[in-house]
Amino acid sequence: MALQAGGMAMDTASRVRALARFRMGDALFRQITRAAAVAVLILLGGVILALVEGAWPALRTFGVSFLATQSWNPVTEKFGALAPIYGTLVTSLIAMVIAVPFGLLIALFLTELCPKMLRRPIGIAIELLAGIPSIIYGIWGLFVLAPFLQVYVQPALIATLGDVPGIGYLFAGPPYGIGMLTAGLILAIMVLPFITSIARDVFEAVPAVLKEAAYGLGCTMWEVIRHVVLPYTRVGVIGGVMLGLGRALGETMAVTFVIGNAHKIMPSLFAPGTTISATIANEFTEAVGGLYTSSLVALGLILFVITFIVLAAARYLLLRIEKRSGG
Amino acid sequence: MNFHKILIAAGAVAAMTASAQAADISGAGATFPYPVYAKWADSYKKETGVGLNYQSIGSGGGIKQIKAKTVTFGASDAPLKGEDLASAGLIQFPMVMGGIVPVVNLDGVKANELVLDGATLAKIFLGEIKAWDDAALKKLNPGVKLPSAAIVVVHRSDGSGTTFNFTDYLSKVSADWKTKVGSNTAVEWPTGIGAKGNEGVANNVGQTKGAIGYVEYAYAKQSKLTQTRMINKDGKTVTPETKSFQAAAANADWNSAPGYGVILSDQPGADSWPMTAATWILLYKQPQDAAAATEALKFFAWAYDKGGKAAEELDYIPMPKAVVSSVKKTWAESVKDAGGKPLFVLSN
Repeated sequence: MALQAGGMAMDTASRVRALARFRMGDALFRQITRAAAVAVLILLGGVILALVEGAWPALRTFGVSFLATQSWNPVTEKFGALAPIYGTLVTSLIAMVIAVPFGLLIALFLTELCPKMLRRPIGIAIELLAGIPSIIYGIWGLFVLAPFLQVYVQPALIATLGDVPGIGYLFAGPPYGIGMLTAGLILAIMVLPFITSIARDVFEAVPAVLKEAAYGLGCTMWEVIRHVVLPYTRVGVIGGVMLGLGRALGETMAVTFVIGNAHKIMPSLFAPGTTISATIANEFTEAVGGLYTSSLVALGLILFVITFIVLAAARYLLLRIEKRSGG
Repeated sequence: MNFHKILIAAGAVAAMTASAQAADISGAGATFPYPVYAKWADSYKKETGVGLNYQSIGSGGGIKQIKAKTVTFGASDAPLKGEDLASAGLIQFPMVMGGIVPVVNLDGVKANELVLDGATLAKIFLGEIKAWDDAALKKLNPGVKLPSAAIVVVHRSDGSGTTFNFTDYLSKVSADWKTKVGSNTAVEWPTGIGAKGNEGVANNVGQTKGAIGYVEYAYAKQSKLTQTRMINKDGKTVTPETKSFQAAAANADWNSAPGYGVILSDQPGADSWPMTAATWILLYKQPQDAAAATEALKFFAWAYDKGGKAAEELDYIPMPKAVVSSVKKTWAESVKDAGGKPLFVLSN
């Protein structure tokens, strides 16, 4: 009896100890996860602080005109960010205009229409595209794509679209091969795998019962895709598009190779231009003097802000869609 | 037990790397002389066992790093001004030279057939001469059949010593260029497309019909691009080759600028190539690590004395003897340790 009671007391005590140990383990785990999350915030804050501090001399000297001036003159130290901002936005826009429809069509084909046998090879090929380093895209763009565009595509576009009123100025010569359009095309190829693989994953997540019900009602394939698959997956698709856009905005090496690196805003898509990240990559190593370096850091800050705005806009869009479909 | 072993092993590794670093000379800067510095370092290591850790991060980066004292020497393609050297406590001396050559891509025009002068070159890069059959070009090249193609100007997109020397030359020969563009490692180009690095410019010129660009002589030679001749300051037509670069260096007055900061563009002399360029080394007069600076000076002395052949093989131009002995005198006079003892002793 006494023995048993003693044993029970020991049992209780060891159970309490064990429970305390579990609690401590949990608490420790919680702290570690929290520390990891906070570390990211601190890092992000540090990056912003460093950018603002580095950009301050340029922002103080040029003020708002930094955003509105095209001139980028290291000799007289007059810097304006308009040309790189314009180039960044236009090349990303070209990339999205091409890559979004393409990516969605590929994803739809893979999930809805593709014979089982082809599904894996095509899927893997697209994911491989995402694994190619951007410098390889740059080299390929410079040596293969640009000469091809210069000899075959651009002269044809200049001859046909160059005289169309309203849009002709977009296709004015001379054909250099490299330029805004080439950069946009390279970017389109680079963001395609992001958009495609995310779209494919979300299309695959559409419950079969929904599609089967629609087919049962006599819907055509197009109607099923238009009215069942796309509405159901809207949020995910937009997420994939935004991820692609984020990559396009910040892509550096490939763009630097094929954009022509001219600090000028020219209406023609064939004309050379520059982007924010290409300018920084090109000029940072040899930037002597505080104001020059600071202006480059300020460009980095602007890219940061643009990316932030894009992400925030995407969040807002998603929120509105969710609210509408929920209400 | 295991833990202790690891600690000891880690300590040994740390000690080994530390001693390896102490033996190496560290430097950073200009990309243009990197191939010859690397070749010298290789031979020097075989001879003496002392290695060189040179980061070719660009002249601007080299100046920043030497000012931050993270390296023993900095290297720059653009010389620092006398007052900058004085305020930072640095000495500067030229290490090796090279030539900058205009290259073109024109069907039917052979290497060294086309002749340009400074004023015309400036007008092309200003975007004022737009076609190859322009009257100014025809006048310089009476025997050459020039196509009526548009001129595509190709320039460097990254900041570079090559651009510094090229734009310095254009500023000297064209008042228009001087006021509108000026000279620097990067400038606001009035026209054309930018390409990264010498190899980028060479590739773009090689691919684009009607293109003109400027590259280091070594790149022009390797990429087999069509080089042009130039009319120099004396009005003579010269061909880009080692001989004409050397002539420019020989005719220069090296003591006319503090820290030998003479820019070799547009030098006088019948045989002088107008776009010759030197590259400089920056070193503290009173280095923090006197032992490392001594090793660096030994390496530079070796490179001056025995590195000439290696430099010429890579299409660089060694410094003239007179300049070398003057530089060595400068070392012996100005580079000292904290106690005022010279770190370099003249041997003869």
